[in-house]
Amino acid sequence: MTRRHMLLLGPLLLFLAAAYLIPFLGVMRWSVTLPEPGLHQYRAALTDPLVQSVIWRTLRICTMVTVITVAAAYMLALIWVRSGPVARVLVELCILIPFWISVLTRAFGWLALLSNRGLVNSWLEALGIIDLPLVMVRNEFGVVVGMVHFLIPFAVFPIATAMRNVDERVLMAARSMGASRARIFWQVFVPMTRPGILGAMLLVFVFSLGFFITPAILGGGRSVMVAELIYLRLFQSPNWGLAAAMSVILMAGVGLLIALLLRQLGERTAR
Amino acid sequence: MKRLQPGFPARVIAALLALFLLMPLVAVIPVSFTPSRFLSIPSDELSLRHYRALIENPLWAQGAWLSIRVGVVSALVSTALAAGFAIGIWMLRPRFAGLLMGLALLPMVAPPVVSALTLYFFLVTLSQFNDFIAYDRWAGVVMAHVVMVAPFAVVLISVGLSQIDRRMDLAARSMGAGLGTRVFRVILPNIRFSLILSLFLTFVLSWEEIAVTLFITSIEAVTLPRLMWMGLRDNIDPAIAAISVFLIVVVVLAILGRTLWHIRTRTRETS
Repeated sequence: MTRRHMLLLGPLLLFLAAAYLIPFLGVMRWSVTLPEPGLHQYRAALTDPLVQSVIWRTLRICTMVTVITVAAAYMLALIWVRSGPVARVLVELCILIPFWISVLTRAFGWLALLSNRGLVNSWLEALGIIDLPLVMVRNEFGVVVGMVHFLIPFAVFPIATAMRNVDERVLMAARSMGASRARIFWQVFVPMTRPGILGAMLLVFVFSLGFFITPAILGGGRSVMVAELIYLRLFQSPNWGLAAAMSVILMAGVGLLIALLLRQLGERTAR
Repeated sequence: MKRLQPGFPARVIAALLALFLLMPLVAVIPVSFTPSRFLSIPSDELSLRHYRALIENPLWAQGAWLSIRVGVVSALVSTALAAGFAIGIWMLRPRFAGLLMGLALLPMVAPPVVSALTLYFFLVTLSQFNDFIAYDRWAGVVMAHVVMVAPFAVVLISVGLSQIDRRMDLAARSMGAGLGTRVFRVILPNIRFSLILSLFLTFVLSWEEIAVTLFITSIEAVTLPRLMWMGLRDNIDPAIAAISVFLIVVVVLAILGRTLWHIRTRTRETS
């Protein structure tokens, strides 16, 4: 490797080392030095009832979001990959348009639909179905709806890739042996797309763990998740040590899951 | 034998899901015409006051202008750094290529809130030494955005490089071309589409970045998403609906244009 080659590789690596790796070490140092040296912030993160409830809520919401998102994405990918050209273009538009619109605009759209004076409540009141507005935001329901909406496009892509790789001849073989459509779908097609489903689930779960903007807007401070708690402990009721410790724990958890994802990808390509 | 297509129930579910994906984007339209000062559905009169507010309140123009400047500089810097890195990896194929790639992609896979805290630490530390690349300064925002968007540029440019013929570069080298000539006259012209795509994507990502921006700015460097966030948190300002309608229209037009163009070229190829 010549010195001039380092002119190509070097700048980005140096930049990331200076602006990301070393500061992250600094954050790790905060987690064991603020307000005083020791591991008590990690102990607090694992025993404090408030932090515990936030961690459990995060895991519960992320699990729910993952299951709903992947199921929905599977149906969309099915139409996208396997139906006629018109339906294909329509589904593609419905996936791509939200994908390119910012997270803030999308969260605001859900506020416009679901808040007390929003579209849904206004219609239901005008129709005389309800007297008092239904509470659909500033709670977990709003958070789950907003997160599912944000994550569906990300889940569609890996599932669609797996579906495109399904060998058509296997489906034909099943049909010629007399299997019903339902049986072909559940016992042949779905198992053959399992790598895509698992990949999408891990991807969505990892993404949702660090979610911040959507829960903060649609949860309205009532259903705080880990990422928002880090923000609050930094800017509203400061406890920088705890914020740093939770970041380190979050990073470790995500790192573990990504290692799993990579191993799964490796097995798939090795096969 | 005809290819198996999804049945009627699957189509109905997919249609409902498509509706779910588009609904919040449509819902902001009526809200943007409300005559009142808070989020509500206009009942008898429509008003353009929130669109007028976008023009009359200088904060919106300032925020948009700052976002454009930050986006353009971040796109140029991150694409340049990423191109150097990706070309370096492609030419040298160093032994630790996987590790180096992992390092370069780290900010993309780490939870946004962890990156935000890390970059906050970085900029707060830098603030002690200078007032330019610092917390709540536009150059600081550029710095942070480059960290966040460079991995996407690395991915796009690496994909572009994987599609060009290595022998072209070997031929140039055997004819005595130096490193500079090989990079600027042989490789870069061949990946120009990836470079343009990378400039575009990094600009869009920086333009709508909010999670990190929220941590590293307060009152001086207020980008457009940061301004929207402030209007969303406390009293929901319907001006957000007006700006959202504008952003959604831009995205929809761009994607429809792209889709139509694709359909036209595809039909021309087949006919």
